Amino acid sequence: MRRTFAPWSDPDAKPLIRFENVTKRFGDAVAADNLTLNIFEGEFFCLLGPSGCGKTTLMRMLAGFEFPSEGVITLAGQNLAGVPPYRRPVNMMFQSYALFPHMSVEKNIAFGLKQDGLPKGEIVARVGEMLRLVQLEKLARRYPSQLSGGQRQRVALARALAKKPKVLLLDEPLGALDKKLREETQFELMDIQHDLGMTFIVVTHDQEEAMTMADRIAVMDHGRIVQVATPGEIYEQPKTRFIAEFVGDVNILEGHVLGQENGLWRVQTPSAEVPLTIDDPDEVLHSGQAVAIAVRPEKMVIQREWPGPDAINVLTGEVWDIGYLGDWTVYRVRLATGEILRVTRANASRFVENPIDWDEQVYITFAPDAAVILAE
Amino acid sequence: MHKRPLTRRLSEGLVPAVPFLWLCLLFLVPFLIVLKISLSDPAIAQPPYRPVFDWSDIAGFFSQLNLENYELLVGDDLYLRALLSSVRIAAVSTLLLLLVGFPIAYAMARAPERYRSLLVALVILPFWTSFLIRIYAWIAILKPDGFLNQVLMGAGLISEPLGILNTETAVFIGIVYAYLPFMVLPLYATLEKMDDTLLEAALDLGSTPWRSFWTITVPLAMPGILAGSLLCFIPAVGEFVIPDLLGGSETLMIGRQLWSEFFSNRDWPLASSVAIVLLIILVVPIVIYRDAEARRVENVR
Repeated sequence: MRRTFAPWSDPDAKPLIRFENVTKRFGDAVAADNLTLNIFEGEFFCLLGPSGCGKTTLMRMLAGFEFPSEGVITLAGQNLAGVPPYRRPVNMMFQSYALFPHMSVEKNIAFGLKQDGLPKGEIVARVGEMLRLVQLEKLARRYPSQLSGGQRQRVALARALAKKPKVLLLDEPLGALDKKLREETQFELMDIQHDLGMTFIVVTHDQEEAMTMADRIAVMDHGRIVQVATPGEIYEQPKTRFIAEFVGDVNILEGHVLGQENGLWRVQTPSAEVPLTIDDPDEVLHSGQAVAIAVRPEKMVIQREWPGPDAINVLTGEVWDIGYLGDWTVYRVRLATGEILRVTRANASRFVENPIDWDEQVYITFAPDAAVILAE
Repeated sequence: MHKRPLTRRLSEGLVPAVPFLWLCLLFLVPFLIVLKISLSDPAIAQPPYRPVFDWSDIAGFFSQLNLENYELLVGDDLYLRALLSSVRIAAVSTLLLLLVGFPIAYAMARAPERYRSLLVALVILPFWTSFLIRIYAWIAILKPDGFLNQVLMGAGLISEPLGILNTETAVFIGIVYAYLPFMVLPLYATLEKMDDTLLEAALDLGSTPWRSFWTITVPLAMPGILAGSLLCFIPAVGEFVIPDLLGGSETLMIGRQLWSEFFSNRDWPLASSVAIVLLIILVVPIVIYRDAEARRVENVR
C-alpha cells in the first residue's frame, strides 16, 4: 500500500529538516562530524549504525537536548539554534519509554496536551483517539508499572503522537520487545505513520528494522553519514565495505583490477583460478587498483556439478557447515585459500533428493551483475 | 512432602525474632513503664510515685492507678498551649527545612557522580562535633555582641545589634541548622534515583523546566519529602535543648514543660503523662505516612 514517494529525487522539493555542516563535540570526542542531511515531509527516515556512531546525538540535537557545536539545523525553514525542547514541534519516543510512573496511562498521554492549555473536552477526546490508535482503551486507568513491555511501548508512542508533532523521533522504538512482537510492531508503526502522514525519524542499530520500515536509511559510522539511500539501494549498492558488512550478510573477495572488457570489469582474486567478471558500470577504477568484491549470499549459486569451461565467476570449495533454517538453508563453503563463503538457498520444495552434504566438493557461481565492486 | 532442613527453619524463625525482641525490650517495656507511672500519684519517696508494683497485691496495685494526671493536663491550658506551640514551631521549622534542604539535595543529586559521596560526607560532617557544643556555638553567634551582630554592624548594615537570641527566631535557626541532614539525606536518596529521561520527556512534551519540576520532580520526590519531614517534625515537637538554650522564657515548648515537671517539680507521674500525650500526637503523622507509603508502593512499583 506504499505510494510512489521519492521527494529526495525531486530537485525542487523543499526538505522539512536540514542539517547543514553540523558538528557536535563532547570534549575530545566527535559525535557528529560535519553532517549534511535533508529529510522530507512525510518520510519514514532511519538513522542506522552501530552503537556510538552518533545517531542518538543527531536525534537529541533535533529534539533540543543537545545543541550543535557548529553548523545549523533547520525545521520547516526555522533555525532551531537556541530553541528549547519545549518550544519545538517535535516529539520523541524514548528508548526507555520514560513513562511518568506516578501517572496513569491516560494522564501520561494527556500530559503534552495539558501543556498546550487545550480545553478539557478536547484533551479527553484526543486521549481517547490515541488510546484507540494503539488499542489500549481498556488500560487507560492503569499505571505504567502494571503494564507489559509491549503495552508500555504503545503508551509511549501514544504520548508522543498525541500532540500531532511535525516530526516524531523514535529512539530504538522496538529495542525492548521480543522478536515476534517487534515484527508486528514494525508494520504497525508503518501503518500509523502512513495514516497520520507524519514525518518519522527512527534511530536503530537493527538493520532489519531499518530495512523493513524506512523510506530512506542514513547509515552512520564514527559520527559521519556514509550513505543515505533507500533500503534497496543500501542493500544492493552499498557504497563502502562497512555498509555492505553492516547491512545484511555479504561475502567479500579481495583482489585487484585487471581492466575493462566490453564494459565489464575483470578482477583478479586469489580466491578464483580465472579472473572474475563484474558488471558494475558506475565504478571508476584503474588497472592494478585493489578492490573488494561484495556478493550477497542469496545471489550465489551452489552446485555439485562442474559448471563447464564457459562458465564465469566460478569458485571451488568444500562444504564446511550446513545450517537449515526452514525457509532457507545456509551453506558455509571453505575455499582453497581458507576463506569461508556463505551461500544461501531457498528451500522451494519440501523434499530434495540427494541434497548437498557436508565435506562435499562444490562449485559456487554468481552472475556479473550480482556483485558490487567496492574501492578500498 | 518436601521438608526444609531444621537449621533453615530455625534461622527463618530467628531472623525476624531479633528485631522483634529488640523492640519489645527497648521500646514496648519502657513505654509500659512510662504509661504506668503516668497513671500513678506523685509521692515524696523513692521512687517518687505510688503505687509501686508489687506481686503480692496485684489487684490493689491496679485499683490505685487513675487518670488524675491527664485530668490535670486537660484542666490547665498551659500544657495545651505548650503542645500547640510545639506543633506550630515544629511545623514551621519543617517547612523551613524543606525550603533549605530541597535545593541542597537537588544540587547534590545533580552534581557529577564523583563528587556525590564527598557531598554526602560533608552533610554528615557536623555530627562529628557534639550536638550540644554546636548549639552553644549559636549562642556565641546570635548574642547581642556576638559574631553575627559584629559582622552586620561592621559592614554598616545595622546600627543597633539585632536581638535574635532568646527569641523564637533563634529556635527556628537552631532547629533548621541541627536537623538539616535529616531532611537533606532522604531527599537526596530519592532525587538521586530519579530517572533524568523523565524530565527530558516532560520538556519534550512542551512543559517548561519550572512546570516539569512541579509536575514530575516534586511528585516523584514525595517519599523523600515525607520521610525527611517526619524525621524532622517528630523530634522537633519534643525538642528540649534548642528552645532551652536559644529560646526565650516566652518560648513555650512541650519538651521544656516535660523537663521542668520531671527535674524541677520532681513530678514523675505528670511528666510521664505529658510524654504519653506527646507520643499519641506523634503517632498520627506516622500512621498517615505509612498509609501514603503503602498506597505509593501499590501504584508505582
